Amino acid sequence: MAAIRLSGLQKEVLSLYRSCLRECRKKPEATRTHFRSFARTEFENNISIDKRDFGAIEFLLRKGRRQLEMYASPGVKDIRK
Amino acid sequence: MAALRSTTSALLGAAAARPSLRIANAVPAAFRGMAQLADGAEKVTTSSGENANLKTFQIYRWNPDKPTEKPRMQAYTLDLNKTGPMVLDALIRIKNEIDPTLTFRRSCREGICGSCAMNINGTNTLACLCRIPAEDKAELKVYPLPHTYVVKDLVPDLTQFYKQYKSIKPYLQRDTPAPDGKEYRQSKADRKKLDGLYECILCACCSTSCPSYWWNSEEYLGPAILLQSYRWLADSRDEKKLQRQDALNNSMSLYRCHTILNCTRTCPKGLNPGLAIQSIKKEMAF
Repeated sequence: MAAIRLSGLQKEVLSLYRSCLRECRKKPEATRTHFRSFARTEFENNISIDKRDFGAIEFLLRKGRRQLEMYASPGVKDIRK
Repeated sequence: MAALRSTTSALLGAAAARPSLRIANAVPAAFRGMAQLADGAEKVTTSSGENANLKTFQIYRWNPDKPTEKPRMQAYTLDLNKTGPMVLDALIRIKNEIDPTLTFRRSCREGICGSCAMNINGTNTLACLCRIPAEDKAELKVYPLPHTYVVKDLVPDLTQFYKQYKSIKPYLQRDTPAPDGKEYRQSKADRKKLDGLYECILCACCSTSCPSYWWNSEEYLGPAILLQSYRWLADSRDEKKLQRQDALNNSMSLYRCHTILNCTRTCPKGLNPGLAIQSIKKEMAF
């Protein structure tokens, strides 16, 4: 089966998600699942956006990167919704 | 305590006196009073209806909570007779009275904080220093600063701008202590070199009006930051001048300035970033 061809933007979204998961691994073991589920719901909230709505996706990517930068700091130990 | 008691008793006395006064007044007088009030109110409404100086403001709206909705222009109409003279007064009035969801930054309302920088009728300026053109009946258009990411409505994302400011190390760098162990002294002539530089409030009006900065905002520092850079290069007390110049000595940081001079034209504080950039270039050339 041939892999689905992804657009550049879709690849960027996936790479952001991967870096979120990678950052989760640096968090304390007890709260790791909190971070992972938070990241997942953040992505799932916007899963219905049309893949051609570039403006919205680019905005969400920027927002996501900003959030990731903030939550990645070692001072953040736990996350709750 | 005694003073307090006396005032309270005086207040109580006044309160007690008022109803008795009302009772003392004949009923027709009370009616007259009411009629006068109604008359006055009517006059106010009719006069505002006839002489109302209405002005429409077209304001850029975009809500980050609904990213799939496109940005739009929303029109608000105000009576200028009841509004302060500046655009910021109008914005605050719209937010207070018409639409509390309108979002913009403001703080000092006198051009000293640089929070309310926005694009008004095509010119980057501070809303608090920009008069509403009252004679002109045309709509006033208000946009956020051009070529910035929008956080919401009229609020631009200035993260990159502040990062660049940080990158020029905007503080005094010195290794040798002051000779008398007190302040770092400066001659009057040296201090004079900083006039026209230190007044910058970093409102980002100039940087966001520069086409060169629009296309290269990642690497080109832009007029506001270069003006600040020159402020530290020109400071007689700073000892890291060579390092500062060295940091600017590449094709992007400084030399993307093509003397377009939009910066100087737009600066709401009347400063001249274009001249400062030229001075940096001149100092580095010789």
